[in-house]
Amino acid sequence: MRFLLSELRLIAGRRRNQAGLLVLIAMPVLLAVAVRLTEDNPRGGGPPGFIDQIVGNGVFVAFAALTFEITIFFPLAISMISGDAIAGEAHSGTLRYLLTVPAGRVRVLIVKYLGIVAGSVVAALSVAIVGAAVGAAIFGTGPLLTLSGTQIPLGTGLGRLALSALYVALGLCALGAVGLFLSTLTEQPIAATVALMVVTSAMWVLDAIPQLSALHPWLLVDRWPAFADLMRDPADYAAVTEGILVDLGYIVVFLLAAWARFAGKDITS
Amino acid sequence: MPPSVAADPASAVADGGSGGAPYAVETRGLTKVFGKQRAVDGIDLRVPSGSVYGFLGPNGSGKTTTIRMLMGLVAPTSGDHDILGRPMPAELTSALHRVGSLIEGPAFHPYLTGLANLRRLDAADARSEARSSAARINAALERVGLEPAANKRFRAYSLGMKQRLAIAAALLAPRDLLVLDEPTNGLDPQGTREVRHLVAGLAADGITVLISSHLLAEIQQICTHVGVMSAGKLVAQGGIDDLRASQTAQLTVHTPDPTDALQVLRRAGVARLAADGEVVTGEPGRLAPERLVADLVTAGVRVQRFGIDRPSLEDLYVSLTGEGFEVRQ
Repeated sequence: MRFLLSELRLIAGRRRNQAGLLVLIAMPVLLAVAVRLTEDNPRGGGPPGFIDQIVGNGVFVAFAALTFEITIFFPLAISMISGDAIAGEAHSGTLRYLLTVPAGRVRVLIVKYLGIVAGSVVAALSVAIVGAAVGAAIFGTGPLLTLSGTQIPLGTGLGRLALSALYVALGLCALGAVGLFLSTLTEQPIAATVALMVVTSAMWVLDAIPQLSALHPWLLVDRWPAFADLMRDPADYAAVTEGILVDLGYIVVFLLAAWARFAGKDITS
Repeated sequence: MPPSVAADPASAVADGGSGGAPYAVETRGLTKVFGKQRAVDGIDLRVPSGSVYGFLGPNGSGKTTTIRMLMGLVAPTSGDHDILGRPMPAELTSALHRVGSLIEGPAFHPYLTGLANLRRLDAADARSEARSSAARINAALERVGLEPAANKRFRAYSLGMKQRLAIAAALLAPRDLLVLDEPTNGLDPQGTREVRHLVAGLAADGITVLISSHLLAEIQQICTHVGVMSAGKLVAQGGIDDLRASQTAQLTVHTPDPTDALQVLRRAGVARLAADGEVVTGEPGRLAPERLVADLVTAGVRVQRFGIDRPSLEDLYVSLTGEGFEVRQ
């Protein structure tokens, strides 16, 4: 427990993680201000999303921000944290001292992964909370217009926003498990970070090629944007449930891979 | 050629220390192969409990790889070992809990303070008590004299301070064994002396110390036992006095009566006698010098000068590991 607290303090204390979180929560603010400034422009014809609803209800800033950040900003943040997890300690040489304490290899992996989980949850919730707050301040709030065209009360809407943020966080946890595995392969944290970004981008690309539709259900990112279905009336949980199963599958597979790799690895750094 | 006495570890290790396992570290045929290179080649290391064991060898002779295997960081290709009487890596956690280590120089998070770094390591130890954490950290910092710099960031530390912080980390919990890999590396003579003093103090507390160095002179004064590595092999091991005694002593007598002197000394049992003018030389072995002098004088040999020179450990070390400039095949 003390070890986990120490790990969380270490992650939270790093300047670049603090800067990363600032960038993440700057997005909804930017979004809200941009929509406010262009309120009079003609709309429609743009990509589907929550942008058009923002003027009607500020809470949609949060949904729109989650949708935008899920493609690149969230994965980048998780890449940074998870790439650093093992490779960062190996690079600075502190890994050998952790292991001779002895902290236990499995224990180190667990604590490192819980740190990534905490980072994922904090990232997703921060964006949701800041988005809802800034949106409400600029555009006001009230009952939410669902994608189905009906209205749901504000309380229900906020509940669905919380669910959406947690769903996004779970997806990031799954990505973090891949990152943790990559981090056990190298002593260069930047290599693990870049590798995870390459993996993420490749999955988005593959997901966009219709000819590969057979592959899509197995891609981690395929159902990431599915939280939008929660804003239907009634909420549609089908795609989200599938997404959760895929996330859990990735978590199990890659945590096992990380363990298999790390448990017997020669630490020569 | 390595002296035969020293090459046999069993005969050289006399005192086993009291209580618990006779050896704080014991390896049997420990071997590590990297690719085609046998970095460590079947060594039988024996560190008696309570000893200060100088682990010597030139850079690249396999010392650090051995220490990494001892500490469970690197898996041996073959062979096994016990730490404090516990088999590794089966009982790694309970064994290493009593072991403090400094491996290949200090490594800490640069943007954390010295204190925060120690807190992190203490938190990582599942068996250390949270309640006594602050007291133990302070005691460790005090022991290495680093209290004034405790709240400075690690990156602002001088090399000597970094080294001392690493030793403090090794002392966070009560230890039975300290493994210090090149603790004086990169330190100025002042710092080297400080580390030596610190180690001597710890040893006086009854902690077994395994200290590696490529410089014999740095640790010679504090060691009770020595093991010498060369090209992956343990070429000598034993108590420092035994090793020293195993070195062939040289007797030199200056006398105007070399013929009589030769006769007397031969009768006394001195080997390899030779006379060159007024100088008689030989190998007295373990004969007492005062007896030889008495024999000479009683026989009426006029002695101008009498001396027995024992080669230093440095000479032994160099003879075992080479001058350091030749490349091993």
